[in-house]
Amino acid sequence: MKNNGIAETVSNANLQLAIYTATGRLITKRQTAVADAVLPNYQELRSVANEIKRHTIDHLDHYLEQFEAAVQSHGGKVVYCQNGTDVADFVLGLAKERGAHLVVKSKSMTTEEVDLNERLEHHELEAVETDLGEYILQLAHQRPYHIVAPALHMTRYDVADVFTETLGVQRETEPENQTKIARSVLRQKFLDAGIGITGANFLVADSGAVVVVENEGNARLSSSAPRIHIAIAGIEKMIPRATDLAVFLKLLGRSATGQPLTVYTSFLSGPRRGGDIDGPDEFYVVLLNNGRTRLLADAEKRESLYCIRCGACLNHCPVYRKIGGHNYPWVYSGPIGAIITPQFHGVGKDPWLPFASSLCGACAEVCPVKIDIPKILLALRSEVKQSAAGRSRVEKASFQVFAWVMVHPRIFSWLGAMAARLAPRPAGGAWLKKLPRAFAAPPLAKWLSQRDLPPPAPKSFRQLWKERQGK
Amino acid sequence: MSREAILSQVRTALGRKSGQPVPPPPAWPLQPGSMDTPARIELFTSRLEALNGKVRRVPSTQDAAAVVSEILAGRDAVAAQTAFLEACGVSAIPGVLWGVTDPAQWRQACATASVGITSASYGIADTGTLVTIAGPSEPRLASLLPPVHIAVIPAASILCSLDELFLTVPEPAKLSSSMVLITGPSRTADIEQILVRGVHGPGEIHVVIVEG
Repeated sequence: MKNNGIAETVSNANLQLAIYTATGRLITKRQTAVADAVLPNYQELRSVANEIKRHTIDHLDHYLEQFEAAVQSHGGKVVYCQNGTDVADFVLGLAKERGAHLVVKSKSMTTEEVDLNERLEHHELEAVETDLGEYILQLAHQRPYHIVAPALHMTRYDVADVFTETLGVQRETEPENQTKIARSVLRQKFLDAGIGITGANFLVADSGAVVVVENEGNARLSSSAPRIHIAIAGIEKMIPRATDLAVFLKLLGRSATGQPLTVYTSFLSGPRRGGDIDGPDEFYVVLLNNGRTRLLADAEKRESLYCIRCGACLNHCPVYRKIGGHNYPWVYSGPIGAIITPQFHGVGKDPWLPFASSLCGACAEVCPVKIDIPKILLALRSEVKQSAAGRSRVEKASFQVFAWVMVHPRIFSWLGAMAARLAPRPAGGAWLKKLPRAFAAPPLAKWLSQRDLPPPAPKSFRQLWKERQGK
Repeated sequence: MSREAILSQVRTALGRKSGQPVPPPPAWPLQPGSMDTPARIELFTSRLEALNGKVRRVPSTQDAAAVVSEILAGRDAVAAQTAFLEACGVSAIPGVLWGVTDPAQWRQACATASVGITSASYGIADTGTLVTIAGPSEPRLASLLPPVHIAVIPAASILCSLDELFLTVPEPAKLSSSMVLITGPSRTADIEQILVRGVHGPGEIHVVIVEG
């Protein structure tokens, strides 16, 4: 557990303010966009989105094959990849064959997941992020702080520093001018690049299409300016029909940024067709496994794969809002990160992760595809406790004692009376404030450093109840 | 190799056999549009204006060119070559590059032009969206590379909602390899959540609705 990182984040007042303001704004925007007055069938849409995802994931082999055949029928090619090495090998091989030296990339969590940029650059293929937030992060050598708002933690002054240091431009602190700087640098990259790489928000099985939603236009440029377009997506991004987008598009933009539709929604189903004077000559869809089939095998937690990466659970999570995105062990942060990371990496790798939640349930309430995140967290906690990493003799023994006491009412009430008698009673019925030195062991003292205990009641509930019955 | 391995891992995980039949996916009825044309125009206009798009209405195709010239205000432009734009007289506006068919020349023209003029297959009233379906006469880059985008569309092409779009075009891949929904000017809020328009796509968008 990166204790230091968490302590640093929590004690950094500016960062706390940045996270709270940004996520707070996203919460309000979402609320307005899914309100009854503007989207009366929001709850129905969530239910049907969940059903469509369940159906698709439960029959994924069928839809993968249907998707592949449709892509081929329009002159595109599907490339199945088991892991990041496969993806990098494919892109590098294609770049070499076609003589491409520059790749433009639009925002994709899937490529972050396999460290694609590093892999390509290791082999001297330049890969440039073109989403403004991602571009800033690439220059600053950081990973995304948030699924949807990657540079949420940076101020305009941080951005000014990054631009002056890496681009050698004059210091500029106005976001509008900073955006212009990025636009002019990246515009040339779009025109020079041999390959454009995008992610995909959806893979549409009946059409062999990838759907990419965005606000800036960089995904449109990446997919239509270079000669080659490669879309990289996890196999779970599938939906059966183009018409299902009428459900999912209504949910995605609203849940992510409170937009009824993002500025651009591209439905791309192959290379340019006969007579077209622009658009890519070659179209590839990389379908990535990278451990997803392992999640698929677990029927109880399979719904983790329904996620459409809107980021709403991050914005609403009291833990994410405190500790931020960089203290999670992998690229996926927040509640969704807390449930998928242990499933991808095994519960033994970061056994603390499923416990970093108050189980308040806000994530499940806002999830547009109704993933029961708290239920999965509990299942993962139980797995951790059964694994070597989480097993604790003391804890197990304590719970055995607890269970025994709970099924023996007499012992329970006797212990209760004893505890009430022994508990310190500060004068005048005041709250406990602090523990007597004998009890001030780290866990209790730490707990009390942020909270207090009321004075013990003179009579227990059971006693009161008994007296009442006696009347 | 990976293909067979992944498909077989998926099947094993799901307990399915190759070619095993699949029940139909859950049904979700799409709502047909219910508004009349004037109401659609009204809604489209208010939605797009809320996003800082500009909307102009003209009574007939004869009046379109004058409004487009007014918006151009002397700036140079590239234009898509649809029959509708030609009927609107866009091809004859001075300063509008019309009739480019060479891909390299087209790309160069879009990269340097101040304004891109296109039509659109549909509008969506509910969200203030333009639906562009790429084809030989409606290329991709005119609505993307220039900093300003002007779209001229017939009022009759404005649909009510996303549902009506997918009722009208249930299989977009049959028509084109690219269908793009454009909802307002390009924007970002990646720095301190401050809204900046025109980051990569056009920062300014004008829609001329031809009612006749």
